[in-house]
Amino acid sequence: MAERSFAKEVLHLKTGKGETFRGEGILAITKALLENGVGYVAGYQGAPISHLMDVLADAQDILSDMGVHFEASASEATAAATLAASVHYPIRGAVTFKSTVGTNVASDALANLSSGGVTGGALVIVGEDYGEGSSIMQERSHAFAMKSQIWLLDPRPNLPSIVKAVGDGFELSEATNSPVMLQVRIRSCHLLGEFEAKDNVRPTMTVKDALEHPKRDIERIVLPPASFLHEQEKISKRRPAAIDYIRSNKLNEHFGPAGGKVGIICQGGMYNGVMRALKRLGLASLHGDCDIPLHVLNVTYPLVDDELLAFAKDKECILVIEEGYPAYIEQEIRAILHKAGARCAVEGKGPFPEAGELTGPVMYSGISTFMTQFAGDLLPAVARAPNRPEQDTSKLAKTVPARPPSFCIGCPERPIFAATKLVEQELGEHHIASDIGCHLFSINAPFDIGATTMGYGLGPASASAFNDKKAERRSISFLGDGGFWHNGLVSSVGNAVFNDNDGVIVVVDNYYSAATGGQDILSSRANNKSKSTQHTIKKAVEGVGVKWVRQIDHTYDVNKMRASLKEALTTKVKGPKVIVASSECMLNRQRREKPLKRAAVAEGKRLTRTRFGVDEDVCTGDHACIRLSGCPSLSLKTLDDPLRDDPVASIDQHCVGCGNCGEVADAAILCPSFYQADLIQNPTRWDRLFSKWRNRLITKLQTRREKKQLVFSGGLS
Amino acid sequence: MSSATDNDSNSGDLITLAVLAVGGQGGGVLTNWIADLATLGGYAVQMTSVAGVAQRTGATIYYLEMAPKTDRQAVFALSPTPGDLDVLIASELMEAGRAVLRGFVTPDRTTLIASTHRILAISEKSLPGDGRAEDSLVEEEIHSAAFHSVCFDMEAIASNAGSMISASLFGGLARSGCLPFATSLYEDVIRASGRGVEASLAAFQGALNYDANAVAKPAPPASVATEVKGPADLVTGWNALRARIDKLPVDSQAMAEAGLVKVVDYQDLSYGEEYLQYVEEFSRHGDALASAAAKYIANAMCYDDLIRVADLKTRSSRQARLRGEQHIPDGDIVQVTEYFHPRAQEICGTLPAGLGAWIEAHPRCFSLLDRISNKGRRIRTDGIAGFGMLWAVSALKSWRRRFLRHRYESAHLQALLDRARRAAQTDPGLAAEILQCQRLIKGYSDTHERGHSRFAKVIGALSDLSGRPDASAWLGRLRQAALADENGAALDSALAEVRSNS
Repeated sequence: MAERSFAKEVLHLKTGKGETFRGEGILAITKALLENGVGYVAGYQGAPISHLMDVLADAQDILSDMGVHFEASASEATAAATLAASVHYPIRGAVTFKSTVGTNVASDALANLSSGGVTGGALVIVGEDYGEGSSIMQERSHAFAMKSQIWLLDPRPNLPSIVKAVGDGFELSEATNSPVMLQVRIRSCHLLGEFEAKDNVRPTMTVKDALEHPKRDIERIVLPPASFLHEQEKISKRRPAAIDYIRSNKLNEHFGPAGGKVGIICQGGMYNGVMRALKRLGLASLHGDCDIPLHVLNVTYPLVDDELLAFAKDKECILVIEEGYPAYIEQEIRAILHKAGARCAVEGKGPFPEAGELTGPVMYSGISTFMTQFAGDLLPAVARAPNRPEQDTSKLAKTVPARPPSFCIGCPERPIFAATKLVEQELGEHHIASDIGCHLFSINAPFDIGATTMGYGLGPASASAFNDKKAERRSISFLGDGGFWHNGLVSSVGNAVFNDNDGVIVVVDNYYSAATGGQDILSSRANNKSKSTQHTIKKAVEGVGVKWVRQIDHTYDVNKMRASLKEALTTKVKGPKVIVASSECMLNRQRREKPLKRAAVAEGKRLTRTRFGVDEDVCTGDHACIRLSGCPSLSLKTLDDPLRDDPVASIDQHCVGCGNCGEVADAAILCPSFYQADLIQNPTRWDRLFSKWRNRLITKLQTRREKKQLVFSGGLS
Repeated sequence: MSSATDNDSNSGDLITLAVLAVGGQGGGVLTNWIADLATLGGYAVQMTSVAGVAQRTGATIYYLEMAPKTDRQAVFALSPTPGDLDVLIASELMEAGRAVLRGFVTPDRTTLIASTHRILAISEKSLPGDGRAEDSLVEEEIHSAAFHSVCFDMEAIASNAGSMISASLFGGLARSGCLPFATSLYEDVIRASGRGVEASLAAFQGALNYDANAVAKPAPPASVATEVKGPADLVTGWNALRARIDKLPVDSQAMAEAGLVKVVDYQDLSYGEEYLQYVEEFSRHGDALASAAAKYIANAMCYDDLIRVADLKTRSSRQARLRGEQHIPDGDIVQVTEYFHPRAQEICGTLPAGLGAWIEAHPRCFSLLDRISNKGRRIRTDGIAGFGMLWAVSALKSWRRRFLRHRYESAHLQALLDRARRAAQTDPGLAAEILQCQRLIKGYSDTHERGHSRFAKVIGALSDLSGRPDASAWLGRLRQAALADENGAALDSALAEVRSNS
């Protein structure tokens, strides 16, 4: 059911020793897990590791052949709690989710896991949704590692390094009885590259073995007095063990000359960016030679004091390159040098901005500022006086429009927000709480709906305070089916029932977790051979005590959608009013149905191809339809008519025939310009016969009218 | 000293390439092809993209680096840096503009491959007027920003070949010659992709061998003469009317002919004669006013009522256009469903004026009628019943001038003409601006009413403006403001300005 199938790619997971593995970062990580004898894998989808979950799901047969259990968790908290299997048993386990949002959700389980510690290697693979293309708040995962004493790996962004980090992570975890977090950034996840494969290894102990031979150790359970001992143990035993392991296994790397008056320390993930900036400054080559000593932290927590002191020795100044705020690494390095009485100066945030992604230009200007100040003599002439003419782009800047993400062509969520806009036109504006998911695009034009987003499944929860029986308006809140099952059922809907909140809750149901790529969830409509699906949202909300529930099975019916919303906002029934608005994600539906339809047409089956159109001479060019729809295939065109000033609406070839534009035109009583054209593919004999009769009669009527009046053609009309 | 660069004489072989696309255009497919091309050509390649929300119809970016394969691993960057790009591929005109703005296209080295077609952004198409960005400015700027550019409409090439724009952009890339790979290698990559190979190759070739001169724009339609057919007496009448246009100021003749065609087509010859009288009257005050009168009086006279819509929807020319737009060949069967939603107002408007007015004056009757009529109606105009019904409504045309709607529209027209006439005595420029305010009245039902209320607001400002030397400039500004947004905020602030300046 997932948006992208990896069925072909996962066959590469069987690649053996000595062969070259070519693929994306996420596929490489999966392969590395198998090479390292992982016993179970779990996770929750979300960019940038959505495809990792898809790869694992598509690789399910390969995994189970190897005795590896895979689970698509209900949330990141569930995923993190799954690692409990490595507490008493020497089974290697890995979980994955996006960060920092997923790590936030998982943090309770992660904190408990790291307090008691682990026996089998426990790896938390976090996909950093940070920087360009990110859809979440910009924070660092580093803080989670520091507060819970989870060791944090940030390997150099190339497949061999990432693959090595998976193995290092398991061993480090086992050597220190602590969970390890492996950070991969957006671009690393989607990076296409190669590495030399090893043979896959079956887990030494499987979850089946563990189930059949249960064990417990009260020392590992988080309850006093053990919890106080854990706190001490983390600092006195596990952390020193980690530092020893990192040092003796040389997990951090050194590049460039051994000595020099300046040096650079960077996170592993920053390495390629640093090298590119150095190359542009004439200080490094494409193949990794560099003139400046470079200490690369493939482990960013904990830091190894003596490695850093040795690096700083005899240097006048070192530059710490660290992405995001706060500058935890820089602060700690300063503290380490200060405690040791080292005389080396430290730069970091200063040449570099305090916050934000370290993009190419930021990296270039940061390093170049540092070098100019502290080692200008090392810079070649070209770097000291870069000679590039400034381009004047002010006119262009005023012309090029922004292109915010929005709903796809035929998206079933569009009519929900069109209906909401129409209800607001009738009943006035309301406080509207949004949630995470495609439906959050409602905050953009043309809908401009929604005031806040507080977290996945927390849309209605974020409207909790707006619960005043004397108020004459109710709040409206949205959440998706993904958010609903993640957390929304209890935190949002259950809470509204319990606190007798009169607000309106709209659950946007796309038949599966659409925004993250179409992964199945409890209410998915499809049959999934390894999962239990088709548990309806309606039954679930009724189960937690919602009295007023409306199920809408065709969201494109804008009139019905609007009527339900209006009823929910005005009914006298107490407690939350829940509307479950269900229609399948059009993007995935098209991907699934298009090839099937094409095949059916080729076989000669009778099918109807529906598309919509606008009669250009009926359209008056007011564009009200666009303001209520925003469909990408509904655009404008200029007519060859000197009498017209404004372009008219027009529907392009990408129309999928969802009917939203026509429905909106009807519901908002806009205009009669829209028509639906159903092409009959492979018509039957009857189709042809009826069509012939109809056409004959229609032509007769047309001819009769035309005979009595002037008919203009060519040029204008 | 710079030993690192000395060590590595090959560092100049690095090629950086970015693809800027609109989510859903197939930017990923194109980037994969380029990666495969590089591999096939003996290059080490790294490709990255940012998946996530941006790919849902937003602006999205893919990045590739490649260098000749050696025994040493190259260190490739993961994201593009302004000023450091050899090739930039943009799948749409404004995305090319955005690439220039982001510094990804520089005149010292960047080869720009861009499709110049437009995918309008929501901010451009949602205005009540025309909010589209100026294409020509962007086309000029992207050309001057690039070292070398290959820019033409690659979407049209792809669509003609039944393929996606990724294929024609790949052709554009081959055409530019900026990568060190033979054309046959590009084609091998497409063949190896295995899906829609023939169509992709056709689109690839189309862009590769594109000839700007061969697809020069067709002659402007204005030069095509209007043909008229019909009963002999009507044609004679038409020719007599048409001859009067030649006596109008030269600059307004084309507009007046278009207007006359529209009005006669809308109603009949006598309606056309009425139109001509108005235009002739205003043409005495100069060319500019003649053109404005020719355009906006025609539009005001041809109001959109049920009869008009029924007429347009049942014409044979409409059937032909629909088939063209939907790419449905003659002989194929198409079912056409119209989305109608008539209200009591529209029904009353299509009744004899006395009866319609009586119903409107009696709220109970009116609301009863509204309850019966006011709902969405789907009418199949390929079927006998649906077509027949609309055909019958269109046949009411000869009674149109007796209907209630005509009474309203005539009153509106006469008021507009009177205002323009008064202004024309002293300020023909202002009279032209007044007539142009007819542009504000668009749409049907609520939209139409909103248009009227804006029109009333703008025209209402005349009392503050009349006599002022800048009156016509102000009225034009108010009209633009009225078209600038949906909720009328721009108009209200412009009106406040008028009042504070008076």
